[in-house]
Amino acid sequence: MSALYDSVVPERIAQLPWRLISLVLAIGIFGLAILYSAAGGSLTPWAATQAVRFFVFLGMAIFISHFREEHWKMLAYPVYAITLLGLLGVEIIGQVGGGSQRWLNLGFMTLQPSEIMKPVLILALAAFYDRLPAGELRGFNAIWPAALLIGMPAALVVIQPDLGTTVALAVGGIAVMFLAGLPLRLFIGGTLAVAALVPIAFTFLLEEYQRNRVLTFLSPENDPLGTGYHITQSKIAIGSGGLFGKGYLNGTQSHLAYLPEGHTDFVFATMAEEFGLLGGLLLIGAFALMIRWGIRVGQRSQSTFSKLTAAGLSVTIFFYVAINLMMVMGLAPVVGIPLPLVSYGGSAMMTVLFCIGVLMSIDRENRRRR
Amino acid sequence: MNDTVRKEMFSRRSVLVNGAQLGVAGLLGARMAWIAIAENDRWQMLSESNRVQLSLIPPRRGWLVDRNGQPIAMNRSDFRVDLIPDRVQDADAVIATLADLLTLPEDEVSRIRTELDAASGYQPVQVAAGLEWEQYAAVNVRLPDLPGVSPLQGFSRYYPAAGAVGHLVGYVGAPSREDYEAEGNNPLLLFPGFKVGKDGLEKTFEQELRGEPGARRAEVTARGELVRELDTRPDEPGETVHLTVDAGLQEFAARRLGNESGSAVILDCRTGDVLAMTSMPSFDPNSFSDGISHPEYDMLTADERVPLRNKSLLGMYPPGSTFKPMTAMAALAGGVDPEEVVYCNGGYTLGNRRFGCLGVHGGVNLHRAIAKSCNTYFYTMGRRYGISRIAWAARTMGLGDEFPIPVPNQNYGTVPDAEWLMGRYNREWTDSDTLNTSIGQGYLQLTPIQLAVMSARIASGRHVVPKLTQGTRRPPPLLEGVEQEHLAMIRSGMDEVVNGNGTAGRARLPLDDVRLGGKTGTAQVVNISSRGRGGMGVPWRYRDHGLFVCFAPVEEPMYACAVVVEHGMSGGRAASPVAADSLLYLFDREQAEERLDRYEAGWGGNIRERMAVQEAEYRAVNGLDPLPNLPEVDLPPDPDGEGSPPA
Repeated sequence: MSALYDSVVPERIAQLPWRLISLVLAIGIFGLAILYSAAGGSLTPWAATQAVRFFVFLGMAIFISHFREEHWKMLAYPVYAITLLGLLGVEIIGQVGGGSQRWLNLGFMTLQPSEIMKPVLILALAAFYDRLPAGELRGFNAIWPAALLIGMPAALVVIQPDLGTTVALAVGGIAVMFLAGLPLRLFIGGTLAVAALVPIAFTFLLEEYQRNRVLTFLSPENDPLGTGYHITQSKIAIGSGGLFGKGYLNGTQSHLAYLPEGHTDFVFATMAEEFGLLGGLLLIGAFALMIRWGIRVGQRSQSTFSKLTAAGLSVTIFFYVAINLMMVMGLAPVVGIPLPLVSYGGSAMMTVLFCIGVLMSIDRENRRRR
Repeated sequence: MNDTVRKEMFSRRSVLVNGAQLGVAGLLGARMAWIAIAENDRWQMLSESNRVQLSLIPPRRGWLVDRNGQPIAMNRSDFRVDLIPDRVQDADAVIATLADLLTLPEDEVSRIRTELDAASGYQPVQVAAGLEWEQYAAVNVRLPDLPGVSPLQGFSRYYPAAGAVGHLVGYVGAPSREDYEAEGNNPLLLFPGFKVGKDGLEKTFEQELRGEPGARRAEVTARGELVRELDTRPDEPGETVHLTVDAGLQEFAARRLGNESGSAVILDCRTGDVLAMTSMPSFDPNSFSDGISHPEYDMLTADERVPLRNKSLLGMYPPGSTFKPMTAMAALAGGVDPEEVVYCNGGYTLGNRRFGCLGVHGGVNLHRAIAKSCNTYFYTMGRRYGISRIAWAARTMGLGDEFPIPVPNQNYGTVPDAEWLMGRYNREWTDSDTLNTSIGQGYLQLTPIQLAVMSARIASGRHVVPKLTQGTRRPPPLLEGVEQEHLAMIRSGMDEVVNGNGTAGRARLPLDDVRLGGKTGTAQVVNISSRGRGGMGVPWRYRDHGLFVCFAPVEEPMYACAVVVEHGMSGGRAASPVAADSLLYLFDREQAEERLDRYEAGWGGNIRERMAVQEAEYRAVNGLDPLPNLPEVDLPPDPDGEGSPPA
């Protein structure tokens, strides 16, 4: 079997992690089908554009899967520095231009530095802990540089203001610190401190609209036509789908435009209305397999850099999926995080497929060593 | 810590992280299952209520028809435009555009502004009704730029006889907040252009006339765009209410009152059917139903002839000499010999006070006393037989009574007696009170419909109760405790009033075979002693009221009538010709209409023309722009035949 396989398919292609790629393809193509439906059964304006993006970025992921570990180690800090400058640039342009801006216009596409920062931060932290001797893991030197690496981009993002990305950066960074082996009491103490700070942050740090979103999340019924509208309409879409859904192209919440952002942040609700609980569980299962595969890659790696990168990137993907689904199901406030590979939009698609590209490159390294 | 420990720690912690992630995945799956399965019914219902928009089809209002099935209130298909306050964004711009498109006059624009300021929520404010198709289409085309504007093809209420039936039918109008709340926030009342009865029969028969709304189920987008119609349940038009009124007579009587302020009530004294009940001057219920303009309303409220008061039911007048048949009835019941002669030397002396008579009649018996309206005779009889007998006679004949007719309001009036005076003014009844009452003055206050009932009871000897809607046609029972021959004597006196040597020769019918019997009355508005009689020389509002009650034919009465002409100075001169011509209409329509045409030529046109002239004058005096030439009002009332036909 293996011999036949080898003889027919070129080695370079056969070496690709096909199980993962099929999973990614399945999720991506399912996403395109949903966008087709969200546009009322039309390739325009979303599905066709998204298809191009998907295959371009998937090609990019396969391309960067050929990078070696040392390439990533080498690139980690410089890329981090450039991205941080990008964040600063966005902030300055925003200040000058008046009003907040989150992206740089590169002409052919718009680029969100905050989006790129998510995997880049993981790489930088992994590179940092990789160089840190095991003996210093319990010292202060293991904490402050990491805190600085996380804190700088997080501070720039929070003033944009983009709460969702800030939390995503912090969670990804802290996950790497946790997996690097920092003392457990740090995280327990940190959790308690955050719990104590949340009410203060809620009152003083959040913008009015962010506060409203949190309040609305806590009781959407109080504001059914304001910010609670999103959550309520999303729950109506999911809940009315039932077990098997209303059938492909038969969703009323999305087609009659009751569900806001049905092609972006709330694309899962669009899907659930037409494919029901079954479609939802399949999609959740597919993401779970993808994330589990990422953690497995980390567990099979040898170097600390690879382990932390793989696990950290998995957590980043996980955070996207989990927060988006919680938001859509009314378990989290509306924070504007898209569902990776499914929601319409380039930035998140690029970030996630970049993560997957890096994961595939580490996987390739692992298999080469074996 | 060495590298081996570090690797083990990573393994342990990565398993922990992965475990936490799986936990979240499980939580998400469970949450989704909860929403999609356990709560499915609830969300499905909400999804349906999102998708499907129920819209009301307002029911077509039932017609009011006269005794012959001729429509008094009907529906006309109508193009209209409303504003929905909640959806209007830039009120000034929208109103300006509409004023331009629909060529709205200045005061209409200010009415819309005022109503829009006072209105709230989804309660529509009428911009214009009765539009031409071109205007309606022009608004429809601009609709995307006019948020809050709602053009509608519906029905509007139409009263063919306009002012002649104003007080009888009342009018319809947009429901008020109180109406809406009183009906438990019935959404039908918020429908643009939906009207409820505001006064008169339109108000009292609201539930019968309204009907059941239909519903249209349609799939709509969140932006309110129609995707497709799902199904429609048609409306059930309101019931047709059959009135006892004779539309032709109603209009005739209203027109016959001419420029006078007053009321004419005509009953079929065999059944109690109200054939006509008019109060003039009146208002045009069509104007009210379309949303009356400020100047028109101001004009109506400023008029000293109170066009907004229904004088037939609410106007209270001293009956004057029309009450004398009651004193006669009291005397007959008390046992007076009708041939007994009382000598009239021009008055009656009570103590040191002189109660005057209008003439020196010499010897008068009951018959001649009625014919000549001799005060002296009735002073004498009144004093002899007492107030309690007079009050009994009056009440037996329906005076001071309220009738079971479907109207929002009616006044009892006053039939005074000793007990009443004590209760009201804490004063003992005196003989001079009796004398005043016996000639229909003093505390007596009666409404025109009571006077009509009185003459119907005199004419028929039956307990006639007025009816406005058609029902049983059984004749009412004979009056209890009243000798029929007493009434015959009174009728004979009233015959003499008109057809013999009496006070109302003007009321004689120009017919060979039908005679009319009646009684004139001239009621003082101000006290005799303080101002003298209110004739030509005093301002209009101090002049005496002219009254006339009558019935015809004398031998076998069919119809009874009461006419009050406010400040008409004399019943014989002002009121009796109106009553006579109105009854003539019932016996010889052509001749009656010929007479009326001659009168109207002198008055300056029919009611509608005169009301238009009056409004134009009012506008000119008050510095308002003249009204644009309105489209011809006498359109075929319902060209498509879509309004509900009489069942």
